[in-house]
Amino acid sequence: MPADITLERGRPASDTELARRADWIRLQTIDLIAQAGLGHYSSTFSCAEITATLYYHVLRLRPGEPRWADRDRFLLGKGHVATGLWPVLADLGFYDKTLLKQFGKVGSPLNDHPNMKLAPGIDFSSGSLGHNLSVGTGMALAGRLSGRDYRTFVLTGDGELQEGQVWEAAMAASHYKLGNLVAIVDANGFSGSGPTSLAMNIEPLGKRFEAFGWRVQEIDGHDIATLKETFDDLPDAATSEQPTAVIARTRKGQGVEFMEKQPQAWHLGLLNPEQYADVVAEITARMELAGAGAGTDGGSAQ
Amino acid sequence: MSEATEKKMVDVFSDIDRDTALKANPSGYAVTEIAAADDRVLTMTADLSNTLAEFREAFPDRYIELGIAETNSVSVAAGLAACGYVPYIFSMSPFGMLKTAEQWRTDADYNHLPVRLVGRLSGLAMGYFGTSHYAVEDIAIARTFANTTVVSPADQHAVLALMRGTADCEGPVYIRIAEAVDPVYDTVPDIPRGTWPRLREGSDLTLAAHGMGVGLAVQAADVLKAEHGISADVYDGGYLKPFDEAAIADTAARTGKVLTIEDHTVNGGIGAIIAETVARHKIAADLAQCALPDVDLEVGVPAELYEYYGLTVAGVVARALELTKG
Repeated sequence: MPADITLERGRPASDTELARRADWIRLQTIDLIAQAGLGHYSSTFSCAEITATLYYHVLRLRPGEPRWADRDRFLLGKGHVATGLWPVLADLGFYDKTLLKQFGKVGSPLNDHPNMKLAPGIDFSSGSLGHNLSVGTGMALAGRLSGRDYRTFVLTGDGELQEGQVWEAAMAASHYKLGNLVAIVDANGFSGSGPTSLAMNIEPLGKRFEAFGWRVQEIDGHDIATLKETFDDLPDAATSEQPTAVIARTRKGQGVEFMEKQPQAWHLGLLNPEQYADVVAEITARMELAGAGAGTDGGSAQ
Repeated sequence: MSEATEKKMVDVFSDIDRDTALKANPSGYAVTEIAAADDRVLTMTADLSNTLAEFREAFPDRYIELGIAETNSVSVAAGLAACGYVPYIFSMSPFGMLKTAEQWRTDADYNHLPVRLVGRLSGLAMGYFGTSHYAVEDIAIARTFANTTVVSPADQHAVLALMRGTADCEGPVYIRIAEAVDPVYDTVPDIPRGTWPRLREGSDLTLAAHGMGVGLAVQAADVLKAEHGISADVYDGGYLKPFDEAAIADTAARTGKVLTIEDHTVNGGIGAIIAETVARHKIAADLAQCALPDVDLEVGVPAELYEYYGLTVAGVVARALELTKG
């Protein structure tokens, strides 16, 4: 893609298109995981609508110039869901789609967790939970210091909020009045070994962020219209003095019935051929049902 | 304990007295100078703002206080560095590299970002405060990170030399500040990156040191020569990564005896660098260390602790005599 083509904020995308795009992310994800042999399904699926809405409607990007200084930043705090991001970045033109064929192989820039040194379009590496809200705070501070109006979005898991460093960052972001920083919590209620609340209770999340000085929006993280409205209505990045926390209530394994029922079992795994076929059938049927007149080429699996 | 009344804790935090800023707080002085020449430079502290009085006065908008939250500070710095800034984080050594090792590795080192960590009060400098305040394992940790430059200046002039010399490093830099140092250099030395200045020429043994150990090494070399007729080859190993492989191989082969001096444990510091290097070069050399033992350490006023652990001129001379007799 030419270096100077900017994907502007708020570019038109219908709710149906974005819902189909989320399902396309799910289909692409299962193909990539099949290729690698192991992967994080259910946590990628819980944030598929969030990812689709951000990349096809919200973020200001230049795929031909990935380090463009005025781009909106997106940090994947829950780095284990990068599998869902790779097809999106390829589709937008950050790199060639053929790179996806190398996913998970030695020497590939695309792995289970994102690496900014290897993959175009990755604003910061992640994998060690709890770091990226701090990094995003640094990027938002840099925006203020340099007088640029970009936003920094950080997608965290809810289990990730058990890391103390997240709250050090939450404290610093409101102290420095970083209205250009947006934390999105993919609150799917589960961490690796079971319900988040059983491992260590993190609720009430909204009140906790409010107490740390943040503006809080608590929404249904699968409702495209609500996601669009929430992001469309963010306070002005250049002048706002309060960081925003979007607590997106989601379902781990969303979009695949048997994963929704056993989200924990599908945190990390590999579909057998029969399960793979069932997942493709379930998602494809839904996309076809929704697809008439959606006007996106994003509906087909590989 | 009558001597204890003579050796008291010294307040090394304050640089309020501007006339003595270079002497009392050379790292704060150096970063102010570096920032004047490079507008990407920022400073950050975790509640150590009093070490940056001069910087804050000169560049109030380029100073970011992050409170007592070192891990957050390193990751925030990495975010700033990813957006084109060069942040210098000032922290107490034990709460810098030791507490933030994983943030440093994952966010700064793996991503090759120009974050600088200036560790004040390294080694046993906060002796009396207790072992929680010791930073005696930090070099062992920092030098295992592939992209991190590690320096330990010998005195205030070396602080300027090594901070200037690493200012344009593309990757992260750990600058370990020793507080109680004997002067080694009369002026700011020219120390090319990764080289070890040869401070005395000798043939009977080698003394290699960093930080406060360098002043001890130079003085010990002079005593050895004057009182024992022993000539020591003395090196300032302030560049701990990259280090001067050629100088080590050359001196170890010539003298066959190397004594290292450092305010750090015997594990993973300059003693280990020498041992690894002579082994790699298949040089037969007797090695000894003036360093802190691998046991629970005592608590007390630094000057007394250094005596207790033999990190004094007399201690270095004694170990050198043992090594040369052997």
